[in-house]
Amino acid sequence: MTTISLSLSDLAISLIPIGLLTALIFFQRLDLTHSILVATVRLVLQLSLVGLVLKFVFAESNPWLIALISLVMLSVASYEIMARQKYRLKGWGALRIGSITLLISSFAVTLFGLTLVIRPAPWYLPQYAIPLFGMILSNTMTGISVGMDRLTTSIFQNRQIVEQRLMLGETIWESIGEYIRDSLRSGMIPVINAMATAGIVSLPGMMTGQILAGAQPTEAVKYQIMIWVFIAAGTGFGMVAAIYMTAASLFDDRARPHFERFRKRS
Amino acid sequence: MCQLKVQALSFLDYGPFDLDIKSGEVFGISGTSGSGKSLFLKALADLIVSKGQVSLAGEAREADTASDWRKKVMLVPPEPQWWFEKVGAHFPGNSQEIAWESFGLAEDVLSWPVSQLSSGEKQRLGLARAMAREPLVLLLDEPTANLDQNSAEKIENCILNYLHKKRALAVWVSHDEKQLERVATSRAVMENKALVEMEVAE
Repeated sequence: MTTISLSLSDLAISLIPIGLLTALIFFQRLDLTHSILVATVRLVLQLSLVGLVLKFVFAESNPWLIALISLVMLSVASYEIMARQKYRLKGWGALRIGSITLLISSFAVTLFGLTLVIRPAPWYLPQYAIPLFGMILSNTMTGISVGMDRLTTSIFQNRQIVEQRLMLGETIWESIGEYIRDSLRSGMIPVINAMATAGIVSLPGMMTGQILAGAQPTEAVKYQIMIWVFIAAGTGFGMVAAIYMTAASLFDDRARPHFERFRKRS
Repeated sequence: MCQLKVQALSFLDYGPFDLDIKSGEVFGISGTSGSGKSLFLKALADLIVSKGQVSLAGEAREADTASDWRKKVMLVPPEPQWWFEKVGAHFPGNSQEIAWESFGLAEDVLSWPVSQLSSGEKQRLGLARAMAREPLVLLLDEPTANLDQNSAEKIENCILNYLHKKRALAVWVSHDEKQLERVATSRAVMENKALVEMEVAE
């Protein structure tokens, strides 16, 4: 079985429903018209560009080019984690936390998958490396940024309590333990829920894609299982790293709080 | 014999401070609001960055972990914070024998929900919670700010009894000059980021 190729006119037809929606919203004088148009144009432009870039990268299969692309992906994701924080470290610290947690989580797990599970030849074969890294990266990025935001927000909202607990002689981990558990939970719950309902509530995107592209459903399922357990493990490891690094920037070696090192997003 | 020794302690642009307080003594500090009295207590509890030497019974603060130091040198803030639902959850296991009467609190106070406490009750419980951990130094920041005159004097006696019984000492910050006259064995005023010693009438 081969994929049915979409021609440009096919794609134009697919734009009809969203065009109708935009027209309806425009005549109802709702303020969404502009956002929908911009989002649609961005979708088309960004994905076309990515398609061209990937086509080039797949054809070249140059390890340095793949490394460069991975680095760009990692940097953008690190920035995204920082941008989603309500309370963030001043200076470069916020970006550093984002990039190190992602290195530990998505990058390490992707390497594991490529070298020990999928084992393409060469192991960095871009058709496998880039989509795998992208899927793990985007999902762990979401989990980590949600969890980290929860951690710093609850510590900042309860900073008087944290300080009080330190006064009573509690350690850093005792004084923020409750918030750590909460943040781990809120970072991991979406992944856990997605794993628990996978296949019943929805067909995961990657599986859908593989099936549309002509793969056997049983084959697509194996890949999907691997992807999800990688995402879960990556998110968890990334969260643990994020928690340690946040605590290490919030407190000094004498367990003194340094709330001034963070600033609230305006 | 317990002794709190402070040498050339400085933080932010405050100090240097030198102090020597022995067990049973109360060092009273007064001064206008915002003069840095609370910051001074935080520096003693090692909650803010400070330079200089602070030692207890001859042992430097750096010899202890920060949490061990704060268990011995305990700061009681003017508005103690609570995070569990019930009062009792904030107290160590041996708290059944606390003489609640001496704090002017009911015997069953440990079973009360925190949400129903008045500010005066919170303040007295904050003090009881610190004492239950048996620190050698009490750093008291306006310990009776939310109390009426009668309760305040009751708490003063309660604190002095504790210091006597445990051979502990206290640094007592208060804006109430009369209170410091009653409790302090030595006194100072925080002025221009320094402590100016005052005469204490015997």
